[in-house]
Amino acid sequence: MQDTSFNIVIGGAAGQGLATIGRLFSKGSTRAGYHLLVNQKYMSRVRGGHNTFAIRFGPDPIVGPTESIDILVALNAETLALHEANLTSRAIVIAGDDLETDAANVLRIPFKTLAPKPLFHNTVALGVLGAVVCLDAEILERLLTETFAKKGESVVQANIDVLRSAYAWVTSQEYTFPCVAPSEKDGERIMINGNEAIALGALAAGCNFLSFYPMTPATSVAMTLIEKGGPLGLVYEQVEDEIAAVNMAIGASYAGARAAVTTSGGGLALMVEGLSLAGVSETPLVCMVVQRPGPATGMATRTEQGDLNLVLYAGHGEFPRAVFAPADPEECFYLMHRAFDLAERFQVPVFVLSDQYLADSYRSLEPFDIETLPHTARPMLDADAAEYKRYLLTEDGVSPRLVPGSTKALVRADSHEHDEDSVITEDGLNRMMQNTKRLNKEYGLWDEVVEPDYYGEDTPDVLLVSWGSTLGACLDAMEMADFGKSVGVLHFKQVWPLLEDTFIDYLEESGTVITVEGNATGQFSKLIAQETGFIIREYILRFDGRPMSAEYVLAGLNTILETME
Amino acid sequence: MVTVEDFGQFETTWCPGCGNFSILSSLKKTLSALDIAPHEVVISSGIGQAAKMPHYLKCHMFNGLHGRSLPVAQGMKMANPDMKVLCVSGDGCSYGEGGNHFLAAIRRNMDITLLVHDNQIYGLTKGQASPTTERGHVTKAQPAGAPSEAFNPVSVAVAMKASFVARAFSGEPDHLVDVMTQAMNHTGFSLVDILQPCVSFNKVNTFAWYKERTYFLEEHDPTNWAAAMEKSDEFGDRIPLGVLYRNDRPIFPVHDRLALHEYDTNDLKAVVQSYT
Repeated sequence: MQDTSFNIVIGGAAGQGLATIGRLFSKGSTRAGYHLLVNQKYMSRVRGGHNTFAIRFGPDPIVGPTESIDILVALNAETLALHEANLTSRAIVIAGDDLETDAANVLRIPFKTLAPKPLFHNTVALGVLGAVVCLDAEILERLLTETFAKKGESVVQANIDVLRSAYAWVTSQEYTFPCVAPSEKDGERIMINGNEAIALGALAAGCNFLSFYPMTPATSVAMTLIEKGGPLGLVYEQVEDEIAAVNMAIGASYAGARAAVTTSGGGLALMVEGLSLAGVSETPLVCMVVQRPGPATGMATRTEQGDLNLVLYAGHGEFPRAVFAPADPEECFYLMHRAFDLAERFQVPVFVLSDQYLADSYRSLEPFDIETLPHTARPMLDADAAEYKRYLLTEDGVSPRLVPGSTKALVRADSHEHDEDSVITEDGLNRMMQNTKRLNKEYGLWDEVVEPDYYGEDTPDVLLVSWGSTLGACLDAMEMADFGKSVGVLHFKQVWPLLEDTFIDYLEESGTVITVEGNATGQFSKLIAQETGFIIREYILRFDGRPMSAEYVLAGLNTILETME
Repeated sequence: MVTVEDFGQFETTWCPGCGNFSILSSLKKTLSALDIAPHEVVISSGIGQAAKMPHYLKCHMFNGLHGRSLPVAQGMKMANPDMKVLCVSGDGCSYGEGGNHFLAAIRRNMDITLLVHDNQIYGLTKGQASPTTERGHVTKAQPAGAPSEAFNPVSVAVAMKASFVARAFSGEPDHLVDVMTQAMNHTGFSLVDILQPCVSFNKVNTFAWYKERTYFLEEHDPTNWAAAMEKSDEFGDRIPLGVLYRNDRPIFPVHDRLALHEYDTNDLKAVVQSYT
């Protein structure tokens, strides 16, 4: 496959504005019609340290991050030292003229000449970058106008002047770098990251209540909900701890809100008792869990898929749940919408399990299709007061959920075992009936399972099994694999419940089956073994806090195939 | 007209002579006197003997987890500000397990009422020290005497300028009804700490012990914070009963009933559009 994409890495210290340059450039590329994928790495500090904003972009769809670099924008010396080894043969380095580099193809920017003061260095870098890839300057000028409009006409004009002088300077320089092929624009695109897409999916589903405690990398889900949810009627509170968050959401949901909590693994650990409460009280709840490496505080700003087991088993006792694992922002949006519908229909906790890489990864995509979104379920607003029983025994396990305060019917919910009228009881037969009722919802959830996606030719020699955000790296690796064996990818975007019938043939009919996971123990492959008896013996596992990449998958594949020969 | 009978009559799991009985009947009297019908009130409770209260009343209820009645209640209030929301629980639940929520609820100041059955002991788990157990009080779990200073909930609440702080005694039911009525009529977070003997496990703070020490506040100005601070600290030979402190702090912002809310698709489209 001809790789039409370019990978730009902007590196520097926190506080140097590299994310601003990256976001503006990405937005400009999106508007120019390019596809892109952003991979942000940052440290748990507000200023200093080493951060990167990597943009892989080009005229054709892009699914995964790559580790090789075509354009390196270095805002400090550390960036050069850390990344020069990853430069491709066509690569260009863009750096300030005060930085030393041995790279062959370099543009050394005279920041002091091109910008009246250091405040404008970001705009200089943006202009140089835009000029090198031949991005239409007008697009960037319009972006600067929007960005600085609030600061007044003179600030806008000063930035545009600086951008123009940067473009002009680049044309006067000698360097080699091909312009990026123009994109065949197929309509207006949006630029959005995983966390923003999760928040928008929630709003699209009618989410109108959020209680949260800030925790990286989940915080931006809450921030997006707060920023965008106002006109849509979102009520929210930043609470004292995660225990309050989950209980407050349950109280709001009981009272008729479409409620959600956002957190990462450490916060979910605190919410565990509340999840059990949602289970027994049969209160709908959506948990947006954005993973980072653990145990405990782990690595706050890095990525991992280490909390699958936590999400599968969080909560004491036995109760049904569903767990989604989106691969990209598009899936974040649609699965989030689905999560709210399932939570309401089955009155269970539903999890959307993402990770830091996906959370901060911007993509350019077609705007979400609002018109064709299915209707999401709602609780009842009317019931006969004499007849109504909150925990009525039903065949499918779903009892009538009434919003309290709607009628004279009393809505009584309990954390204890209870009878149909919510009276605490230790009667053995009642316990069996109520517990069975709750667990019977599992069958309904089975009917709603999103089946795994399969990519590649039938009965491949090698089958890569991915879940959540590792899909892109697997698809890239499938394209790039060049060892005379066919490769397929089986991707799970719902990881619980797992229905054997929907995927076992792929496992049994492929040659070598390998799970690709962002954790150290192969949690998902063990789940498959537990549910199906099919034991996957080969793993490609990454748990250094960095996202799965095609290069990493291919290296793992090589090792596995060599060992087998 | 709402009557006491509207709230039903249930068999309880409380010990004969328990202070909870008087609190239950006082609550029924208060609700009926205020003309609040069973379907107009929701009780959020935690875990413990006191937290079983909503099971013995006809009303909406959410009997949740130990210490978590306040977060649940606040979620309800945010989702439906039209609901009359009560929290009922014990000293262990409200001040121990739920201590952080207690402090946060005072700061948030939603229009809800917290009734704490304060018997200075854990009753349901059979006699361990609670946050309000006095230092030195010997229990099976603290055979050398409770080692920590007792938590003074009303002092803490007054210090934080909670919007309504009162202390009552289950042995003075008429006064209790009066205080509950004032608490429920108050707009904002109201705390009623209700002294209540545990006849099975607290052999120190008995009915007679409270009866000897408690007295009704007279000529106390509950809007005088410094005077309230001083009165709230009085707990020993003399224990004042009544409204210690109140103010008209702004309450937590309220919204429409969320269950009835549907967004405008054009607003959602505008949100998506903002990402182009």
